[in-house]
Amino acid sequence: MIDNTDLVRMLDMLCPMYLLLNEEGVITRVGPTLQKIRPDRELKGERFLDLFELARPRCVGSFADLLNAKGGKLNLSFRDARKTAMKGLIVGIGGGAVVKLSFGISVVEAVRDYHLTSADFSSTDPAIELLYLAEANSVAMEASRQLNLRLQAAKISAEEQAFTDTLTGLKNRRAMEHVMARRASGGMPYALMHIDLDFFKQVNDTLGHAAGDYVLQQVARVLVEETRREDTVARAGGDEFVIIFDHLTDRPRLQRIARRLIDRVEQPMRFHGQSCRISTSIGIAISTEQPASDPLKLLGQADVALYAAKRGGRAGLRFYSPGMENHDPVASVEVDRARFG
Amino acid sequence: MHGLVNRAIQSFVCNTYGEDRWHDVTEAAGLGFSDFEAMLTYDDDLTDAVLDALSTELRRERSEILEDLGTYLVSHPAVEALRRLLRFGGETYVDFLYSLDELPGRARLAVSDLILPAMELREIRQGQFSLTCAPGLPGFGWVMMGILRAMADDYGALVMLEHAGAHDGAEVIAITLVESAFSEGRSFELGVRAG
Repeated sequence: MIDNTDLVRMLDMLCPMYLLLNEEGVITRVGPTLQKIRPDRELKGERFLDLFELARPRCVGSFADLLNAKGGKLNLSFRDARKTAMKGLIVGIGGGAVVKLSFGISVVEAVRDYHLTSADFSSTDPAIELLYLAEANSVAMEASRQLNLRLQAAKISAEEQAFTDTLTGLKNRRAMEHVMARRASGGMPYALMHIDLDFFKQVNDTLGHAAGDYVLQQVARVLVEETRREDTVARAGGDEFVIIFDHLTDRPRLQRIARRLIDRVEQPMRFHGQSCRISTSIGIAISTEQPASDPLKLLGQADVALYAAKRGGRAGLRFYSPGMENHDPVASVEVDRARFG
Repeated sequence: MHGLVNRAIQSFVCNTYGEDRWHDVTEAAGLGFSDFEAMLTYDDDLTDAVLDALSTELRRERSEILEDLGTYLVSHPAVEALRRLLRFGGETYVDFLYSLDELPGRARLAVSDLILPAMELREIRQGQFSLTCAPGLPGFGWVMMGILRAMADDYGALVMLEHAGAHDGAEVIAITLVESAFSEGRSFELGVRAG
């Protein structure tokens, strides 16, 4: 049998988690680190198969089966309360066997649970390097995580302060309100056009959000192309847009612009081979016609005109006139309904 | 310069001299911001400007400041994680000294774009070592002086250190180990993570 003192001394140094087994599979010698993790239990004298549960090879009835394990490879854990998964390598020798055990990837938990030190590992064992790497990695990850959190916070605050709608490149609602607040003190004549897409929801629902986004971008392009550089074109939210026309209060001209916008928006757009058809309704309010209205109120009046246009059917455009709030379709002066579809 | 290096300087100044002092330094250095990000990279000139401003502000030699920085990195609770990582170098102070050869490699494994100068330890005779820091990061030798001194305390070793100057950009530190178990040192448990 193997109890050669030189062999034992060598194993203690080279792999402090070994076991020597005799012909019956009984433990005759325990490596110091292995004994350390079961301080209250004398491992020597126990049967190997009583002490460990095997996951690989799974069907082991006898010590002989164990010795036949393919490549000597073992996956095992203690049978007692603190299981601790380990990897093992068994080599039959002189009728008995040497088993070398290792914590494998669970070394981080094992070191913590059993208060192991570097002296418990052979100095060539990369366990300490693995621990170092796990710890260094978590420190570095934490630093990266902190950076990401700060960048995310900065992004949110930048977006909150931004005046641009990132999807369409138009002014956003915040910018629009900023421009309108300046109109309040100005006394400059202007008109507000409130634009709401029709059938947009269907595009989104049937062709997906990417198609919806594409449509919004195309509409934005039309709005910019059909207006003057000094006009403020904003995406007020969702599929709603607002255009502020400075020094433009002439109904026929505004009507022509609105008409062109509707015509162009109604042209089918193609997205990945799919045809997207939408239309739009427009409500217009003019500052000089409502001298008592501040910009916010005027926007509300453009909104009333918009919904009057919608009630009149899709692809309509209306100018606001007092009393329109009373849901009276006849109150609208201009009725210009386009056929859709 | 890697953000970690800049962040280390910032942490050192804030925790040693206060945040107001740090703001004064970043202003004097013309940084235009006051917080370095550990995981970004900055122009080397910025680090240089900060160290110059710090030297003027504290009226101390840059080398002294860098040595204090090294001591701070190992001994201050705010940067305990780094001290732990260094203690992975070995069981004893001599093991630790020998692990310095692979310190840049270890650093790179953790943070792939963190490039530290190569280091080489030579045992001249029993208890007498020299550590050569390769060129690339001027003043790194002084930081290492502080680290070596503080790590000696950590391991409970008694050492004498001397910065033997720079030769062609390489800095050499002479280390004399007087006693390896001079005091108890600080405990280090492998399985207990900082923070």
